[in-house]
Amino acid sequence: MGKTATKLGFLGYWYCFYGVLLRELQRFLQQRTRFLSSLVRPLLWLVVFAAGFRAALGIAIIPPYETYITYEVYIVPGLIGIIILFNGMQSSLSMVYDREMGSMRVLLTSPLPRGWLLLCKLLAGAIVSLFQVYAFLLVARLLDVTPPAIGYLTVLPATVIGALMLGALGLLLSSLIKQLENFAGVMNFVVFPLFFLSSALYPLWKMREANEWIYWICAVNPFTHAVELIRFALYGQWNGPALAVTAGTATVLTLGAIAGFDPGRGILRRKTPGKPG
Amino acid sequence: MGYSGATMSPLNTAPAVSIQKLCHDYGQRKALIDVSFDIPAGTFLALLGPNGAGKTTLFSLLTRLLRPASGSIQIFGADLAHSPGPALARMGVVFQQPTLDLDLTLRQNLAYHGAIQGLSPKHVKLRSQAELERFGLWARCNERVRDLNGGHRRRVEIARALLHEPDLLLLDEASAGLDLESRTHLYQHVRNLCRDEGKTVLWTTHLVEELNADELAVLLQRGQVKGQGPLSALAAAQGHDDANALVLSLSEPAS
Repeated sequence: MGKTATKLGFLGYWYCFYGVLLRELQRFLQQRTRFLSSLVRPLLWLVVFAAGFRAALGIAIIPPYETYITYEVYIVPGLIGIIILFNGMQSSLSMVYDREMGSMRVLLTSPLPRGWLLLCKLLAGAIVSLFQVYAFLLVARLLDVTPPAIGYLTVLPATVIGALMLGALGLLLSSLIKQLENFAGVMNFVVFPLFFLSSALYPLWKMREANEWIYWICAVNPFTHAVELIRFALYGQWNGPALAVTAGTATVLTLGAIAGFDPGRGILRRKTPGKPG
Repeated sequence: MGYSGATMSPLNTAPAVSIQKLCHDYGQRKALIDVSFDIPAGTFLALLGPNGAGKTTLFSLLTRLLRPASGSIQIFGADLAHSPGPALARMGVVFQQPTLDLDLTLRQNLAYHGAIQGLSPKHVKLRSQAELERFGLWARCNERVRDLNGGHRRRVEIARALLHEPDLLLLDEASAGLDLESRTHLYQHVRNLCRDEGKTVLWTTHLVEELNADELAVLLQRGQVKGQGPLSALAAAQGHDDANALVLSLSEPAS
């Protein structure tokens, strides 16, 4: 037998996480267009969409804000939400891509528990999101959206928890998707409803004014809670219910994704049905 | 089912792989039916069969990508279903499908593999150099895999599979898509690993010309083991002049 220990201690688990994180970062750096598009998307919302709505939509004083705010200030947490939402989906795209490229098979030949391998993927995806979020906050600051200095620190754990939740959702979806091509449907049926039926673009009381049903859908949407968690954290404040819902949903989705993960899915995809090799 | 005869299995050695009554199906379609055989430690064994024989299914079961409907697989005595960690730690795998990340360098690909095996970055660095030197690719360690030809990519995959110093090497149609020269080199490398380092090798193929007449083989047809032993003896036992004729006969529909 070789030198590799069959009983991997704590360090083995750490090396694994480090390796998965490093690979995600290397791939992220390789894909500069992905980084740019992840920035351009929320910036377009901030500059174009928000400018248009600024005049039409006044925002009353609602927590965590202590004064009247412009619409740009209001939607920044929602746009952080969209960054981590798209990144979570991108990670699951990467899972489908990995499976198609076969490198997921290599990951699964690791002697470490599969639950840990998938958790490493999720955490690594959440950390990659942080780079995009802070780059966006920097540009937003140049556009006069200036949360307090402490907010830049307190938003970090809130973003990680939100990114974990959305990454777990992506992981769960990736275990249900057989082929890369089906992913467009997920974007339309999952990503956009999650985003639009939340407090990302409009406060919940505005939604209630418009339609009671839509208000309730928004109120139970976990993405709303992730956005509110980030909104409060960005102003150095604590939102217990939002934290509980986001963390709870993240836990349930992660466990579901790990339990539902089927590495055999797609193994014979390229083969003619009826003729396994 | 084990091997008998002096050339097949040292009686005092526990098998590297022991497969017992393995069955797998895809719904109504049976892919493997009561497959049983052992691979003695330090042996080169070819898993031979035409397309559709069940080789990839068996390979997927061995690498735990699929779960068997029934039966068991033991790797150096560790049950793959109940103790996957110890079993997988002693296994190096080269899949039929390319599995390298094309946009990363050779070194980055190996570093990733070492990490997911739970190895320290320092150890992985040393092992990567040793393996890439063995395969004559150390000078290109900082190039992206995308820039390598098919034969070199396969070598990187084998180097990666050997990184954590496994005792068992599983290769699924590893020579697929390679030209004759690359295939010959690859085959020689793998044979040397078995002869010089005592690795146990399972080489899955449908190309009988890759094998020597005295090579040990398990013949698979329609999900069942049709025979096992030295290739020439298998051909003779089934009334064929050579192994090519034997494999051709396996591809023909049953009368």
